[in-house]
Amino acid sequence: MAAAATTTTRQKVGWGAGNTAAIVIVAIPLLWIVSLSFKTPAAITDPSFWPAQWTWGNYSGILTTATFVRPLLNSIGIGLIATFIAVAFASMAAYAVARLAFPGKRLLVAGALLVSIFPQISLVTPLYNIERVLKLFNTWPGLILPYVAFGLPMAVYILAAFFQQIPWQLEKAAKVDGATPWQAFTKVIAPLAAPGMVTSAILVFMFCWNEFLFAISLTSTLGARTAPAALAFFSGSSQFTTPTGPIAAAAVVITIPIIIFVSVFQRRIVSGLTSGAVKG
Amino acid sequence: MSTSTEAAAVAAPSEAPTSHRHKKPPLSEGARADRKLAFLLCAPAVIVMIAVAAYPIGYAVYLSLQKYNLAFPNAVKFVGLDNYGAVLTSAYWWQALKVTVIITVFSVLFELVIGMALAELMFRTLFGRGLIRTIALIPYGIVTVAAAYGWLYAWTPNEGYLSALFNNSAPLTSTVPSLAIIILAEVWKTTPFMALLLLSGLAQVPGDLEKAARVDGATVWQRLTRITLPLMKSAILVALLFRSADAFRIFDNIYVLTDGGNNTYSVSILGYDNLFNALNLGIGSAISILIFICVAIMAAVFIWGFGAAAPGANLTR
Repeated sequence: MAAAATTTTRQKVGWGAGNTAAIVIVAIPLLWIVSLSFKTPAAITDPSFWPAQWTWGNYSGILTTATFVRPLLNSIGIGLIATFIAVAFASMAAYAVARLAFPGKRLLVAGALLVSIFPQISLVTPLYNIERVLKLFNTWPGLILPYVAFGLPMAVYILAAFFQQIPWQLEKAAKVDGATPWQAFTKVIAPLAAPGMVTSAILVFMFCWNEFLFAISLTSTLGARTAPAALAFFSGSSQFTTPTGPIAAAAVVITIPIIIFVSVFQRRIVSGLTSGAVKG
Repeated sequence: MSTSTEAAAVAAPSEAPTSHRHKKPPLSEGARADRKLAFLLCAPAVIVMIAVAAYPIGYAVYLSLQKYNLAFPNAVKFVGLDNYGAVLTSAYWWQALKVTVIITVFSVLFELVIGMALAELMFRTLFGRGLIRTIALIPYGIVTVAAAYGWLYAWTPNEGYLSALFNNSAPLTSTVPSLAIIILAEVWKTTPFMALLLLSGLAQVPGDLEKAARVDGATVWQRLTRITLPLMKSAILVALLFRSADAFRIFDNIYVLTDGGNNTYSVSILGYDNLFNALNLGIGSAISILIFICVAIMAAVFIWGFGAAAPGANLTR
């Protein structure tokens, strides 16, 4: 940025040290999982950090069976659709919460929070029963619906908090200039809200991506089962060993789309505002 | 209900009163248009949430008032608040609550401080910003159960590098070290969540304000506490709210690391055991409702503490 010219060596060293510390703290437990995924079944119980003998066996094992590849595709489809719907609905509701006066607003805000904090272990059985009746059990929509419902509250809160910080005057100015409320929303507020929308999209996607309880209870075949749920069906080299190697390998594979998703979207989280925008 | 909500919204102090929000009995055209738009905008979200959550939540409340054990399906009967009485007089509940509160307080506290530092780093670092943001968010992207297995193996004597590092110790066999490791696993995994929310808040602090303060000679600490943090209040509230609600309901990490052994079971583990192992739907549902009440109280305290920064609490800045 503009500070580049005035950057001192001391600042560079300081931020460099910060970067390094963050990466090391994140990386060590991460690399341990990567290392486990390259260990042979016999070496899983070897305490050395790196495998003495590297093997692709765990990866080829999981990637050549439909029991993992199909769920991975389900995860991508279900996660993207649910995230898109949740963020779209949440932006609309959050705009109303942050900007408009209407009866029942507090009820909506409180109700959304209550939905998201209710212990999900209690919701699984009744949801299962409903989905059986409505023929939604073991389908994509059968998972997308609860993911949207439980992703929504957090997205509404993130976006409402975000919309609240956006200066009123800009929207009013747009309306004075003849914009409809809808235009004021899409042309003025939405671009300023991009960092908030990206943040909520990343978090909702990660929630869908990692969700386990619903995924395991509301699916029964490869048609709709997601990747985390597929982990539960892995088997070890024998009946009595935990399939640690394959689980670690699958965890690594499952994480790659997340890395791509985040690295694509994170650049939108920049300062969209300067105080100059509010003058007048 | 609806009129009092309206009155509360109208009574909110407003520095820049807008013409269409005065409480004239007949709504102005603008206010009516606002209302209509608001209902249209909220409808999809409200419909989905009610469609998915209303029946299951109602059913859980109903179950919590029944004597209902799947082992004795013919002995179902309404018992009022007896299940709650049974839970609240049980030493297991209070032990679980104690463990849960310890885990929640420590992990949220660490995550808030580390998350804030990480957010600053992700926002301001001079080089490798995209790389830092992406790498820092990876832990939150890993399937919790898989990450928990990673920690479990790392701390198992003769099998893991961390145990080997500490003289082949077996910390997961006693209470306090187990809790420390559960908190460590939790903090490592979910600090990115906190950091990302705080980062989006940081992105809203106008850059010029910061710069002006620097020109005026404000120290780093002053800029953080007087400018950045106050302007980030709503982001901090949202982060605290959702993170502590999640921490209080911690399940996967404990399930894998100790399975609740050595008095490390949380309220969610207790609820799960009653619902799915003991098949006691009445008691299990009562535990769920009690967890829900605890989290709701915690959320109310946060929202009350943050006042006007809460979503929908105040229409203007």
